[in-house]
Amino acid sequence: MKIHIKNGRLVDPKHGVDAVRDLYIAAGKIVGNDHAPEGFHANRVINASGLVVCPGFIDLSARLREPGFEYKATLESEMVAAVAGGITSLACPPDTDPPLDEPGLVEMLKHRARNLNQAHVYPIGALTQGLNGQRLTEMAELRDAGCVAFSQAEIPVADHSVLLRALQYAATFGFKVWLRPQDLGLGRDGVAHDGEVATRLGLAAIPACAETIAVSTILLLAREAGCGVHLCRISSAEAVDMIRGAKARGMAITCDVSANHVHLSEMDIGYFDSNAHLMPPLRSLRDRDGLRTGLADGIIDAVCSDHTPVDEDAKQVPFGEAEAGATGLELLLPLTLKWGRESGVALARTLAKITTEPARILGLDAGHLAPGATADVCVFDPEAWWKVEPRALRSQGKNTPFLGMELQGKVRHTLVAGHLVYEA
Amino acid sequence: MKREPEAPMSNNPQLDAEGQLRHLLTIEGLPAPILTQILDTADSFVSVTEREVKKVPLLRGKTVFNLFFEPSTRTRTTFEIAAKRLSADVINLNVSTSSQTKGETLLDTVANLSAMHADMFVVRHAQSGAPHLIARHVAPEIHVINAGDGRHAHPTQALLDMYTIRHYKKDFRALRVAIVGDVLHSRVARSQIHALTTLGVPEVRVIAPGTLLPSQVEHLGVHVYHDMAQGLKDVDVLLMLRLQNERMQGALLPSPQEYFKNYGLTPEKLALARPDAIVMHPGPMNRGVEIDSAVADGHQSVILPQVTFGIAVRMAVMSILAGN
Amino acid sequence: MQLPDAEATFRELAEKVRGAVTRETALVGIHTGGAWLAERLREDLGLSGPLGTLDVSFYRDDFDKIGLHRDVKRTAIPFDVAGRDILLVDDVLYTGRTIRAALNELFDYGRPARVRLAALIDRGGRELPIAAEFIGAEVALAPGQSVELLKDAKGKLSLQLHHD
Repeated sequence: MKIHIKNGRLVDPKHGVDAVRDLYIAAGKIVGNDHAPEGFHANRVINASGLVVCPGFIDLSARLREPGFEYKATLESEMVAAVAGGITSLACPPDTDPPLDEPGLVEMLKHRARNLNQAHVYPIGALTQGLNGQRLTEMAELRDAGCVAFSQAEIPVADHSVLLRALQYAATFGFKVWLRPQDLGLGRDGVAHDGEVATRLGLAAIPACAETIAVSTILLLAREAGCGVHLCRISSAEAVDMIRGAKARGMAITCDVSANHVHLSEMDIGYFDSNAHLMPPLRSLRDRDGLRTGLADGIIDAVCSDHTPVDEDAKQVPFGEAEAGATGLELLLPLTLKWGRESGVALARTLAKITTEPARILGLDAGHLAPGATADVCVFDPEAWWKVEPRALRSQGKNTPFLGMELQGKVRHTLVAGHLVYEA
Repeated sequence: MKREPEAPMSNNPQLDAEGQLRHLLTIEGLPAPILTQILDTADSFVSVTEREVKKVPLLRGKTVFNLFFEPSTRTRTTFEIAAKRLSADVINLNVSTSSQTKGETLLDTVANLSAMHADMFVVRHAQSGAPHLIARHVAPEIHVINAGDGRHAHPTQALLDMYTIRHYKKDFRALRVAIVGDVLHSRVARSQIHALTTLGVPEVRVIAPGTLLPSQVEHLGVHVYHDMAQGLKDVDVLLMLRLQNERMQGALLPSPQEYFKNYGLTPEKLALARPDAIVMHPGPMNRGVEIDSAVADGHQSVILPQVTFGIAVRMAVMSILAGN
Repeated sequence: MQLPDAEATFRELAEKVRGAVTRETALVGIHTGGAWLAERLREDLGLSGPLGTLDVSFYRDDFDKIGLHRDVKRTAIPFDVAGRDILLVDDVLYTGRTIRAALNELFDYGRPARVRLAALIDRGGRELPIAAEFIGAEVALAPGQSVELLKDAKGKLSLQLHHD
């Protein structure tokens, strides 16, 4: 299959390209931009005039809910949602049931994903067996099975000596450890940010220091162990400052933020809207602004969707009993664009947060459009408005705090390894 | 980003399109005239409760479901009496012991009861926001009254407290009111604070140790005191809060004895307030923990009149809702 | 249409009531106009029997249609109703529904020996079998019209015509 995408605005952040150029694809690879290779005859021509042509997006946190939670979502439904959102690669946290702590489970997931022939799936292996924070997993085996990093998902390691050893062991093999910073005790039973809204609504609270204390601990242990650490979905302004300091000291550390937290705050809980029950919790406006600034000045490397499809039954309960999380795959692009527009960040730098930067964190040769690269491409209309409503979402999860809002940025074509997997 | 008109923040779920009370879920966000209307209506019901036949035919033919997901004989009884004095049929359901344990969801329970032609749900639930969830899902002609949800709100308790304060002190705009005790876990305190500030009380204080105060409580419009001697100075009204047994050990408080020594209301501490200060408590009281018996039974205590007024206030709320 | 003078009509009503009431008769006025009239009657006729006021909001039969009255007044019956001779006083007698509600409320206080009704204006249009013993004046009004009793700062009564 040879595809010619013509007249589009080609944006390739890694190579500093932002110009109207044609893109030529053959045998799953980019074979040329600007000029067609000798003798190139397209089977398919896509007219992208007025549209942006960019690398397919790379999502650092997407729960596909397999194995174990197929009633919330299946690989089939969520892979369709991913490509509909222009996402061509996604990293999956290990908090499945059972957790991804054995090579067989990882191989099965990779195999199922490959057969669907859509986005590339990169499993994050469990750091400890059963995510119980006690015994290490066979990380080398898991890497061979396809894991690209190791994580505790939402379950912090209580014992710092275990965490230190896990980091030391991972460092031995050069594996990266991804941690969502939260102190176990301070985060226990909480459902909302410890601030004005939780006080008003009488919700059990999680203070921002539950995150900063964990960031501080992780930074110290990572330095001690000499391990590369990626901090997932930070939520507080103070954590941004701590990471700023660590980066200034030259630490090998990266971090991401959920697209939800870039736009929302505790105020969006409104009158107990369980769709705004997220983990980490939506924090204060000051925190949100700190995250936005951190993203703009590069302290926060990437934006992820934190895609967590939750079934209706688990949301139609009182706020505190509701399962945390929001669907996100199809909102990653419009929410990232919205941040870029509002912050005056150029389109290429905006798109880097969901292309080049996550590729670097994952250690992948992806997220760019140089000749020879795998042809993972997204073509989108940056001006088109669409309304977030259940029927507009392909994900099985219809839960998002953005329901009812209109967002700008609509995916028109998604290509994975040169195959046109989505068209609208 | 465009917000839809039905977005959750943009309208108050308690009020209908005309700004009339449709549900009573929380005091927060209710305009002062609605609070005053409830207190004035309650005034008329007080005279009903004082006469030979204590019933009026206002809610004849209507069915009120007392939906208690958390056991509370006291509050349930006052709602039951109020509904019966309005001639409504009352069905009591202790859901904690029936369907919820069989796995039925809250909304299924409510849907089933709605099919039995309920006109009003009085809801008590351990989770903050449960009455809001129910109110969002009931048919338009059904009214929901929050009888206490988690740590969030207990609006009828706060209204009966306001009624009691107005009864003894007449004018809210010249008062200094102190709320003493476990504000962190108290739905009563949150509703009291909103009611007092809405009705124009110029100075509302909260007095508690740091472990029993929610963060940024001063954003609700209160002054924070940790010391009883300072906090009670020149106070007109003392609203004591209940300290639940499970809070008395562990990391919140070292012991009931130490709490009583520092925050228990004794005649000596009460003497620091204004000589005509009144003492209130939502009940049930822990004598010797948050309040000394000499104060609870003393001449400044209006704890029993509170209970009597509570019935009239609940009659007022039910009849205003049923008529809207 | 011309409404009669309120003060003159009141004097008319007072003369009819005089002689029909004793020192034992309790006057009960229906909020708000009826309460003024009951008070004036008691004063002008030099009666010494007890005085009560009724707010029939909790007994109205149109609650389901229009809800609770915005400004409910306190009912005050500061005497034992049982065995008492009662004169119920209202400003305008129309459908009779207010009087029905007032009778129901009164009976929740006890079983009176006798209840009679005095009304300043009878405008006809009864929907219930209710009649007044004492009437100040009969006034014919069209269905879309209503009449309201007013009292100024000096206590002077007047009547005002309203069109829907």
